[in-house]
This record gives sequence, C-alpha cells and structure tokens, in this order.
Amino acid sequence: MAELNLVEAVNRALAWEMQHDPAVVLLGEDIGVNGGVFRATVGLQQRFGAARVIDTALAETAIAGAAIGMAAMGLKPVAEIQFSGFIYPTLDHVINHASRLRHRTRGRLTCPMVLRSPCGAGIHAPEHHSESPEALFAHVPGLRVVMPSSPSRAYGLLLAALRDPDPVIFLEPTRLYRLFKQEIADDGAALPLDVCFTLRAGSDVTLVSWGAMLQETQAAADALAAEGISAEVIDVATLKPLDMATILDSVARTGRCVIVHEAARSGGLGAEIAANLAERGIYSLQAPLQRVTGYDIVVPLARLEYQYLPSVERIVAAVRKSLEAG
Amino acid sequence: MAVVARFEVEYTRFLDPQGEATQALPPFALDPAALLPLYRAMTQARLFDSKAIALQRTGKIGTFASALGQEAIGIGVASAMRAEDVLVPSYRDHAAQLQRGVTMAESLLYWGGDERGNDFSVPRQDFPICVPIATQVCHAAGCAYAFKLRNEPRVAVCILGDGGTSKGDFYEALNLAAVWRAPLVVVVNNNQWAISVPRSQQSAAPTLAQKAIAAGIEGCQADGNDIVAVHHLAQRALAKARAGGGPTLIEAISYRLGDHTTADDASRYRDPAVVEAQWAFEPIRRLRNYLLRLKAWGPEQEEQLIKECSEAVNAAVEAYLATPPPSAADMFDHLYATLPTALAEQRETALHFAPHEGGGHG
Repeated sequence: MAELNLVEAVNRALAWEMQHDPAVVLLGEDIGVNGGVFRATVGLQQRFGAARVIDTALAETAIAGAAIGMAAMGLKPVAEIQFSGFIYPTLDHVINHASRLRHRTRGRLTCPMVLRSPCGAGIHAPEHHSESPEALFAHVPGLRVVMPSSPSRAYGLLLAALRDPDPVIFLEPTRLYRLFKQEIADDGAALPLDVCFTLRAGSDVTLVSWGAMLQETQAAADALAAEGISAEVIDVATLKPLDMATILDSVARTGRCVIVHEAARSGGLGAEIAANLAERGIYSLQAPLQRVTGYDIVVPLARLEYQYLPSVERIVAAVRKSLEAG
Repeated sequence: MAVVARFEVEYTRFLDPQGEATQALPPFALDPAALLPLYRAMTQARLFDSKAIALQRTGKIGTFASALGQEAIGIGVASAMRAEDVLVPSYRDHAAQLQRGVTMAESLLYWGGDERGNDFSVPRQDFPICVPIATQVCHAAGCAYAFKLRNEPRVAVCILGDGGTSKGDFYEALNLAAVWRAPLVVVVNNNQWAISVPRSQQSAAPTLAQKAIAAGIEGCQADGNDIVAVHHLAQRALAKARAGGGPTLIEAISYRLGDHTTADDASRYRDPAVVEAQWAFEPIRRLRNYLLRLKAWGPEQEEQLIKECSEAVNAAVEAYLATPPPSAADMFDHLYATLPTALAEQRETALHFAPHEGGGHG
C-alpha cells in the first residue's frame, strides 16, 4: 500500500501498465525528461526509455494524429495534452478519426488510445488552463470520457482506460492533483468504465456530480447531514457512455436530484442527465431537479474563479429549494 | 554575411510526354516486360474510374473523386511498396488502393455508401481513404513510429494533394516524423488544383517538395505523369526508410484532368481548352508510346487488355450491385468493441423502424 495523491496515482497506473504491456507508449510535450508539467509522468522515461516515453515537438494536432496511427498499428499510445485549453487542436483527429476508425473499417483497424489532459479551474492558473471540456467530447459517438474524483479512482479508471480497446478521453482535475492522498494498493486492479460510483448513501436527495466538484458536493452533503438531511452522492466518473441506471435508481428512492458540474451550464452534461431523468424518471421526482453549474461565461482568471465554481453554499441552497418545492 | 543553409530540389523524369526516354532508365525499368504490369494497372484504374463516374451519374454510387490523369502516381507508388507496408491514402487514391490489393468491388461498395467496403480482404492494415485534408499525414507518422519502435522493416506511405500541403497537419507530421527519423514516405499528388484554387494560389513556394526541407527531410520532385520516375523515386525513398534513413517527401507533378469530384463542375473555374491541352502529358499514353516504340506492345495486346480490364470492371460492378444492404444493426455494432448499455436501446429502436428487419414499417 502507498499513500498517493491523484497525480501520483496517475503516475503509478501508467508505470504499472508500461511494465506489464510493452505496447503502451506515452507521448506529449515535456513528459519525458521533465516528467510532465504536473509531474504525472515523472521517472517514467528513465525507467522505460525515451522510445516509449516520447518528448514530442510542440504540436498538439500531430500528437493526437500520430497516436491514432500508433494505435491502429498495435501500440497503446497515451497522449498527454499539457492543459485542457490546448486540447482543441486535437478535436479534428479525435472526432473525425479516433472515434470512428473502428466503425468505418468494420473493426479491421481500431484505435485503443488514451488522451490524457488536466482540466478544470481552481489553481489560479493562467488563461486557457481552467477549462472543463468534457461535454464536447461526450457528444462524440465512439469515445469514452472519464474524469476521476480521487486518487484511487484515478488509478483504477486509468488502468481501465489503458486496457480499453477504444479511444478514451481521460480528464484529470488539476485542483485534485495534490489536494489529498489515499491508500492505494498499486496492484494493477482496474475499475469498471461504465458505472457511476455511489460515494455516499442517502434518502432525501440525490446529488450527482463528477471530478473536482465532488469536493464541494460531498462537503454540502456533510453540511446537510448536520441538519438531518440525508443526501446520496453519485460520482459520474465515466461520463460517456453514461450510466443512467444508477442515477435513476437513486432518484427513484430519494425523489429529488441536484446535478453539480463545473463546466458551463448550457449543453453541459447536466442537461443530458436532466433530460434522461425527464424521459425515464419524471414520476420519481417530487420536485423540479436543480442544476448547480459553472455559468455560461468564459472561465474567469484567478481573482474571480471561485465565484465561478459552484460552492458548497450554492449546492446547499439548491438542495433546500428542492426540498421546499414539495 | 554567412550563408547557413542552402538547398536543392531534384526533379526526375525518364520518359518525356511523347514516351521517349530522356535518360537511361533505372534498373527496374530496363526490361520493358517489367513495365507491362504497371501499364496494365494504370489502364485498369482508368477504366474503373470512368465506370465509377458513370455509376454516379446513374445514381448507383454516391459522390466519387476521379483520379483521371493521375494514375501514374497511385500505381507507381503502390507498386514499389511491400505487402507489409501500410498505405495511408487520401480520397483520390483508389489507383494506389487497387494496386495494393483492394478490390474494385470493395471500392465501389465504399463509394456506394457502405463502410463494409473499407473492410478490405487485402491489405488488412492499410488505412481507409482519408476525407479531412492532410490529417492522414499525422496518422502515417504514427504508423511509422510503431514500425520503428518494434524494429519492423516496414514503411508507412501517405498520399495527399497539393492543397493538403497548406495544412498544419502536414507540417506538424513531417516535423515529428523527421525528428523520429521514422520510416515514412509522403507523396504529394500535385495535380495543380484544390477544387477551384490553383497551385499558384495555394503556395508561393516554387516547389512543394521544398516544404520538406524545412522539416529537415529530403524533398524531391517527379514528373508525376511518368510512372518510371514516380516508381523510381518511391522505390528509393522506401529503401531509404526501411534502412533507417528516415522520411522522404516526393512531389509528383500531374494534372487533374477531371472535376474535383462528381459533385463539382470545373468548367466554372478553369478553361476547358487548358485542360484539353494537358491531355498531351497524361501518363498512360506516354508509357504506351514508349512500349510501342520498343515493340513491347501492340494494337492486339491493347485490344485484349481493354477487353480484360472492362470485363473485370463489369464483374466488380455486378458484385457490388448484388451486395445486399447492411442491417441497421451494422450502424451500432462496430462503434465500440462492446455495445454500451446506453446504446442498446437506440439500436433496438433503429431495428424496430428499419424496413425489412421485423420493424413496424415493413
């Protein structure tokens, strides 16, 4: 067992899989000698060599595109995009090629690649370093989109992503990289890629969230518990494909739902979950569901970013509104 | 002042437009008999091309991108490759694909709107055609890296158009592959037109080959209508890549004698008289004239070849037209290795409403 924070857990998962699967290669900017700007790949080039931990030229488009070629030829490339704001040049390759290579060749060629990127606000970063682009990717057929909310889930989900035969977008909340540690066995055990994790059982309201927002969501659940309100907390760590069964089952028991996410509100994944609840869980709902999200604005720079991010107070207020509604 | 870099771009031509050798032919072409399979393949590709256009005009396939006049590039390059190499083609590269072993029926199936046409029996690892411009150069660079990492003596061969050399993908891929010294051959089919934009408006660079120089790799030019030159440069670049010498870019200069695709009308933006004049340079007649001059070919053989190639095209068309449409389930079943639960319900819906699949609309 080891006490690891999230970025260390990422490192251990990469190391485990590189040790056990010679097809795994890492590529990205500054990931080799420097170990990545967040140190996610620290020590891996020394251990596995520069041919498998590739410091690439500064070219996000070609990093994603080359990963597709590598994957189609039998490697398991893990491409790191340094910050989420730099992920957009990869979209052409991810959307037009990675997501559909299996489909358009009827399985003759496949694309088992992982595109890793930090995401999210809250670390006083410069412009273009605080985006939450999960909904962009989750809209694309053929992809898997994963966002861990703890070191242990980062470890298990990244291993699952590395072993998945299809492309996975793996978004790592930077705010969690060093926020807390967990005991991790580092035994190579993967977590499932298609189920939500119920982090806390409750009976009065279902709180649905993912990534760094689970910090505020769980704190809100604590605050509510002190008032005798029992909140169930669900971590939608695997955002695509979406496991609605767990959410529907929870809402069927609690009758109330508050969805919390950091990304902008309109067209966010909260809307998709809400639509599914409206289609299949409307008779379970005793109150209108609530969304607590980032606003439909540009993510502010450091001085205002915590007024953008959903707070414990906003989540608690939304729960109260739900409870008061009927 | 010190000059810190100079470069040259070599231009290669063996057969002039009349089919006369302008210099001693390379070893592979010394025996005219060795050129006959290339002549046959170009002829087959052109007959396939014209049939595909006819099929589009009669509604039997969808939009099709003709390679009329550029057959020497696809055949010349693909014939220099080994079976285990990988072709990463653009949408105008059916000649190269056919040479690699993709069947005409498979090609028609794809252009007819059925992805099963990309599930080639041979060659199993070649990429399907790439529609987004120049993105495939990045994929080819990645393929080449995989070969190098595993010490496999294989080469990735990528073809794109002149317009594609304006894309960032092209520059980024060349740049990466050069740093990696990866076994990659990039072939630019410079057919002078990117839909309606002529070569002169595409780039102010005197040659497209010199774009490779900036990435630190060799760039050379071929008369793309001379299959001897194309094959020779491809052979040389492939051997270099296989021996660890890194990437090469070959700019093959040709001319798009047809429309961009069947959805295009080139008379809107270029003078038909100019196009007509370009027929004097086309590759098939050039090689035929060379072979006729050496008496390695004659009218009877030509007649027999056209007959055989036409029959092969017709058989492919019949096979394509006789292929039943796929099940609606086919839209879902190859997206992921395993159908996600979230998609299962949508698949059921599609099957329910699909005609002739037990659905309510029958």
